Amino acid sequence: MNDTEIRTIFLEEIGNIAPESDSRKLDPAADLREALDLDSMDFLNLMTAIHRRVGVNIPELDYPELFTLDGAIRYLANQLK
Amino acid sequence: MSADVVDFRMPSLGADMEAGTLVEWLVKPADKVKRGDIVAVVETQKGAIEVEVFEAGEVAEILVEPGARVPVGTPLARIRTSTMAEAAGERPRASPEIVAAPPGALSRPQSLSAAPAGVPRREGGRVLASPAARELARSVGVDLAAVVGSGPDGAIVREDVLRSRATSEVKKPLGLDLGVMREAIAAAMARSKREIPHYYLQHQFDVTAIETWLARTNGDRPPAERLLFAALAIKAVALAVKRFPQFNGFWREGRFEPSAAIHVGTAIAIRGGGLAAPALHDVDRLSLDELMARLRDLVQRMRAGRIRSSEIAYATITVSSLGERGVEALFGIIYPPQVALVGFGTILRRPWLVGEDVQARSVLTVTLAADHRVSDGHAGALFLAEIGKLLQEPESL
Repeated sequence: MNDTEIRTIFLEEIGNIAPESDSRKLDPAADLREALDLDSMDFLNLMTAIHRRVGVNIPELDYPELFTLDGAIRYLANQLK
Repeated sequence: MSADVVDFRMPSLGADMEAGTLVEWLVKPADKVKRGDIVAVVETQKGAIEVEVFEAGEVAEILVEPGARVPVGTPLARIRTSTMAEAAGERPRASPEIVAAPPGALSRPQSLSAAPAGVPRREGGRVLASPAARELARSVGVDLAAVVGSGPDGAIVREDVLRSRATSEVKKPLGLDLGVMREAIAAAMARSKREIPHYYLQHQFDVTAIETWLARTNGDRPPAERLLFAALAIKAVALAVKRFPQFNGFWREGRFEPSAAIHVGTAIAIRGGGLAAPALHDVDRLSLDELMARLRDLVQRMRAGRIRSSEIAYATITVSSLGERGVEALFGIIYPPQVALVGFGTILRRPWLVGEDVQARSVLTVTLAADHRVSDGHAGALFLAEIGKLLQEPESL
């Protein structure tokens, strides 16, 4: 799975949680929780969806690495290598 | 096996609801029903609601046809109950004294109406639509099956038919009707501030131990099975009210009616600026895992506008939690006719004395807003202390 595919999946799942968000306007370095107003339930649902979609079981300790779009793509790409 | 015939009535789904329109039956005579089954859809001035039945048995007779607008309390159908069916049914989800309450007595803020987005749900080939929408569709020749509903559960309302007829332009996802929700919040909160003599208490607790316990517990689990602190907080409140029943129940007609059942209204923020507090039922009897699963389900359905009548009407106390990016403390406004609201602030790392040493600890501020007609600050302080104690012993939850 390449970075573009990971990015597409990640943005799709964000779209399911924050349907009103516009992924084209999302700053890839911004904290998603701030930018999209995600609460802890939203973030858990996002991690659950990613686990289901790409099979990466992200431990809570690693959550901070996925707080930005860039960070999430980097993290998932590493895990999927 | 004894049998009895009871009325299934138009429920009261809000403090100022006087009547509702039966939109659709999801059962027919001779159908078996069990407690908690969704049997009808009722449209109120604020939107459509799925109505559950609290009797187990069989539908004996339908008394009101779809399209009829009837006052709250009007029998809609007759249910033949049976002890056999009862035994086969689910565990009771609402305490008998609440179910038996007179029509109109169960008032709740109308914040849960709301119109969700979605595709019309089809039950046995039928499309969910309000009577007005059906009438309009017939008169203008629109096929309801091709219309996207914006009412709860994807029900089609009049505007949807108009929109579908007027244009075939870009589909725009419809959100909850935040304007309506704002009005409902305004009405309930204004009533609360007008009528309820609130008092407020606040206390801080060191929750480092429970955070550690939670991290360890979640460490072994995939995301789908992880717990959130909110579930622990809700459970602690439910266990605490067992010892302090004066915070669990309703103020009605000049007196306090305690509730044996513990249904915790859970404040859920809606994206874009709405708020609702649907109830989690019998929280004291749920394991943490069951409670977490219910909470996830409730938040998802709430945000999608799929909410059930019992979840609107039966909360006996409310918990509001501002989550991990909120503020240190929140002082709630009680949802009438409830008598208490427990608020959880954000857990913050703070210097804290452990023995004689200052350490960095995780500190949580818990607040209580309670009705002074029912309880006093002294009892409130003990209640808060009990919540704090439970939160320091995660095994007890």
